Order: sequence, then C-alpha cells, then structure tokens
Amino acid sequence: MQKRKIIRRILDNITEKLLTISGAVTGIAILFITFFLFTEGAALFQSPQVEHGYALYVNSSNPVNNLQPEETKAIFDAEITNWNTLGGKNSEIKIFRIDDAFQIYPESELGENYELLPAKLGEIISKEENILAFLPTQYAPQGAAVKALAGKNIQPKEYFLGKEWLPTATPVPLFGVLPLVLGTLLVSIVALLIALPLGLGVAIYLSEMASDKQRRLLKPVIELLAGIPSVVYGFFGLVVLVPIVQKTLNLPVGETAFTGSLLLAIMALPTIISVAEDALRNTPRTMREASLALGATQWQTIYRVVIPYAKSGISAAVVLGIGRAIGETMAVMMVTGNAAVMPHSLMESVRTIPATIAAELGEAPAGGAHYQALFLLGCILFVFTMIISISAEIISKKKNYKTH
Amino acid sequence: MNKKLSQQIAFIIFKLFGILVVAILISILGFIIVNGISVINWKFLTAFPNEGMTTGGIFPAIVGTLYLIIGSLLFAFPLGVMSAIYTHEYAGKGWIVKTIRMMTNNLASIPSIVFGLFGMALFVNKLNFGDSIIAGSLTLGLLALPVIIRTTEEALKAVPNTYREASLALGATKLQTIKKVVIPAAMPNIITGLILSIGRVSGETAPILFTVAAYLLPQLPTGIFDQAMALPYHLYVLATSGTDLEASRPMAYGTALVLIMIVLTMNLLASFMRRKLEKNRSK
Repeated sequence: MQKRKIIRRILDNITEKLLTISGAVTGIAILFITFFLFTEGAALFQSPQVEHGYALYVNSSNPVNNLQPEETKAIFDAEITNWNTLGGKNSEIKIFRIDDAFQIYPESELGENYELLPAKLGEIISKEENILAFLPTQYAPQGAAVKALAGKNIQPKEYFLGKEWLPTATPVPLFGVLPLVLGTLLVSIVALLIALPLGLGVAIYLSEMASDKQRRLLKPVIELLAGIPSVVYGFFGLVVLVPIVQKTLNLPVGETAFTGSLLLAIMALPTIISVAEDALRNTPRTMREASLALGATQWQTIYRVVIPYAKSGISAAVVLGIGRAIGETMAVMMVTGNAAVMPHSLMESVRTIPATIAAELGEAPAGGAHYQALFLLGCILFVFTMIISISAEIISKKKNYKTH
Repeated sequence: MNKKLSQQIAFIIFKLFGILVVAILISILGFIIVNGISVINWKFLTAFPNEGMTTGGIFPAIVGTLYLIIGSLLFAFPLGVMSAIYTHEYAGKGWIVKTIRMMTNNLASIPSIVFGLFGMALFVNKLNFGDSIIAGSLTLGLLALPVIIRTTEEALKAVPNTYREASLALGATKLQTIKKVVIPAAMPNIITGLILSIGRVSGETAPILFTVAAYLLPQLPTGIFDQAMALPYHLYVLATSGTDLEASRPMAYGTALVLIMIVLTMNLLASFMRRKLEKNRSK
C-alpha cells in the first residue's frame, strides 16, 4: 500500500515535470527554427563570390588585382571587353576556360589524371598578357607569371542591395534579393489594397447590419474560405484567374503580379474579416446607444463612433492580412510567372521570396552558396513575419490600455 | 435626407461586398466540384497513377496524406495538449504565460515555407532522416502545434472553476483533478482542435516539398523512412509539371475535389461539434 503510494507520487512528479517542459515547447520550436535558419543563412557570407571550387587567374603583369561580381559577370557576358574599363591596360580581355585547354593540348600530353594540366595552364597564362582564366582550383595553374585574383567572400551589401538574382550563373552567381523583396511587397500590398475595403465592408456588414440569419449564412462561408488549402487556390488561379486576367486586360501572358494580388486578396479576406469583425463587435453597446440617442443615423454611428473605437483592432487585421500574404507560397508561385527581375509594372511577371525558395531549394545542392542564399531568404521572411506578428500584438494591446 | 441617403448607399455597398464574398466562395467550390465530380469513382480513389499521370488514380497520394496526418498528430497532439495544460492550469498569470502565449502566436504566424526550410535543415539533413515520412510528419506537426495549443486552452478555459474547486475540496491533488475532472470535461473541445488540425495538416504543401513529398512512386511507402506522395503536392505536380498538362487536367480536378472534401469535412465537423457543445452548455 505504502509502496504504491510512493510510486504514484513519483509518477505524478514526473508527469508534472513533463507538463512544465512541454509548456515551453513553442518557445523551444521558435528558438530551433531561428537557430537553424540563421546558421545556414549566415554561412553564405563565408562563401566565395566565384562559383564553388573555381578561381580566376590573370597574367602577373596585369595591374588588376580583384574584380567585383558584377564586373566578372559583365566580362563573361561580353559587356566589358577591355581591361582599361577595369583599371588595366588598354587591351582586349581574352577569356580562357578549362575546356579551351583541351583544344590546345591533346589529352595525351596532359597525363593520365591530368597531372600535367596545372603546368600547361601556367604556360598558357604566362604567354598571354591579357588573359582572364576561369579554372577549377583543383588544377590551379603553376608558373611564375600567374596571379590569382583575390577571391572575396560574398558581401552582405551585394546580397541585400543586389538587383540581380542569378543563382546558377557561372562563373559568378549573383544573389541580389532586391527584386524578390520588392516582388513580395508589391504583390502583398496590392493584394491588401484590394482585400481591405472588401474585408472591412463585409466585417461592418456582419457586425452592424446583418440579421442573425444572414450572419449564420455568411460566417461559415468565410470559415470555409479560410479552410481551402492554398494549393487549391493556386490551381483555381491557374485555370480560371490567369486566362481571365489575360483576356480582359489584353496581356501577352496572364501570369502577372496583378493575378497574384487578386488571388492573395481572396485568401487574405477571411483573416481580415474575422479580426475586423471581432474588433467592431467589441465596441460597447452604450457607445452606440449614446450616438443613436443624439440623433445620429446608424451609418453615422458606424463611421464616427464604432470604426474609430475599433481602429486598433482594424489595424491588427490589416497587419495580419499582410502577414498572411507575404508568407503565402504555393498559390502565388502558381500564378505570378516567377520571373526574378525587378518589378516594373503590375502587369508583368514577378517572383516572391517564398516562391523562390519553393522553386529553387530542390535543385540547390545542400551546403552550397545557392542553398545558403535560399536559407537567408527564409531568414528575411521569418524576420518580416515576426515583426508583423509582434506589431499586431502591440497594436491590439494598445486598445486594452485605453479602455481599462 | 442627405444622411439617410448616404446610409442607404453605404449599406447597399456593404451588402454587395457580402454577396461578392459568397459568390467568390461559391465559384471556387462550384468550379472544382463541377469539374471534379465526374472524375471521382472507385477506381480513381484506389488505383495508382498511370500513363504519365493522365489516367489511373491517386491512391498512393491519399495513403501518403493519411500517413502524414497520423504521423504529425502523434507528435503534435500530446505535446500541444500538455503545453496547454501547463500554461492554463499550472503557470501563474505572470510573464511566463505571456511569453509562452506570444511564442505560440508567433509560431502560428511563421509562413509554412519557413517550416519547410527548417524541416529540411534539421530533420532531413542534420538528423539524416532524408526525405521521409518522419521528417515530413515532424515538420507538419510543428505547424499544427499552435492550432492544438490554442483550441486546448480554449477548451480548458471553458471548464468551470467550480469543477476544479469541488475536486480539490474532496482532497484530490492538482494532477488528479486535471486528469479526472478537467480533461474529461474539456475533451470534446480538445477533439474539435484535433479535427481542425487534421484539416490544416492535410492541405499544406510548402512544408512537405523538401521533407517528404515524392513526384511519383511505384509503390506505397513501407516504413517511416520512406518518401511518400501526398494529395496537395500531387495536385501541384498535376497542375504545373505533369508530362501532358492538358491530359492530366481531369486528374487535377479530381485530386483538388478529394483534397477539398477532406479539408472541408474536417472544418465542418469541427464547427458542428463546437456548435453542439455551445448548445449543450447553454441548456
């Protein structure tokens, strides 16, 4: 008897400890998410600018010591063709790739495992003063007249302010997130501009005007809208919305930022409606009655008394709506066309941050610069939504201070 | 007169907005139901995809989604319920509860693709699970946690304090009170939360993209370290990257309808239960 009691007490103790630990589970989860996202993401700035495993070499008489990633890209795109643009001599840049070596020397001269290749490469570079050689570091050229260009790591400035997102370009991939960030903001903000008046209108209708019967019809409809999976919205957008947008606006393609905004607006509606409606309903009855007693009409009461009173709740609805829109992945990916360029107009294809992650992570080798760049995108998204969710909380708290 | 006119205009506009929202929902649901209903039959639900996913069925995707629902909730349900019990029954009203609640809200607001990234970094790569049902389940479980915690807290809140006091007055310990009185009373509401999270888990695509989902599998998964197909990802594949998009359209409509039916059944069931409980309480 005594023994059983002790065992039970121990068991109870363990259970209570377990409860305490699991109380912190969401905190631990967030900590873990933050940790993994940021360690993977921050590693990007320890990655070299030039494609992994490669380096750039020049003749040692060349006064140029390093190149910016944009410059390297421009050279290999044949936009820069002369060394003097880069502060060197006035002579044409001769690009040399590893494949070119096989044109010059037959394979038999390079040794069985290409062990003679570095020396041959050194020879080529020494002979040609204006060469820019892009070679694997495994076969780093050997010779007195060879100079490796100083390999810098990817800089935060290039990442956060870069205007080009070309993650698979050689020899230098470009990871500029500006077009993605702007694409995300454009699509989300336009979505909100569409959804906000609509959502607020429905919220006002629901809380102030609708009869019980109408409310009982509308509320479940809104809940159902919230329940539809985003991939189904995306599918609907793809087969219905995209052709409609293309036809009515007479565009070459229907997959535009505007299509994405339209779809996101529909998806953000339930959030906006239910949060705003809660806020409106929380207006004390006495305030409405006071206004009505003063001779105001119902509509005057709504926009002079109820809406100002519910302002913080409505702001929270706006903020949460943005949060939902910014993080939405599948639906946006399916209807915006995903061109990773700086957005110029609403009627062009854009690419958002979540869509970029979803589309490219599968092809990015784990641990590479591309992979890390995508994780850093995840960090940006994470920070965005954290700021949004915390500010929504602060906004909706503000009201409590005022009224109590 | 002017006042009345502006009121009438405003009310008409808002009413139109309301009608518009209903129309949007009806058009989305109607579109998928009308196009999908003719595809769904016994064979569609029980056969494997065939001929580049243009014929056959979606059986492996249904089974995969089922595995993911079970796997994620096996992990998230006990943890979420325990977490809610701690915050509601044990922790005081101080900063701890406030912090935990804020964390739960924040976890709920993290975009699902970020969960996918995290799942890939931790479960797939670091813990070396590979693309597997267990990695996908754990990732989806994290996503379901805030839903379960919130609904359980609501459920516990709805248990009158007199129940607890009566039990304690009879000499029961706090844990006994929770086990024998509070949880049974809160159970129906907790189950509602469970149903809601099934709806949430079965519809998510982004978190499973890199943790479990397979494009096409010739057989069903045999263990928790196998990849699996899943309905939402299968719909995405059918809609965007099948071998013959036009020919696989009917399959896509059918998949979308099955997916919507699962999710909406869960949501309707949950709201039905909630309404019934509210009625019982008011009696």
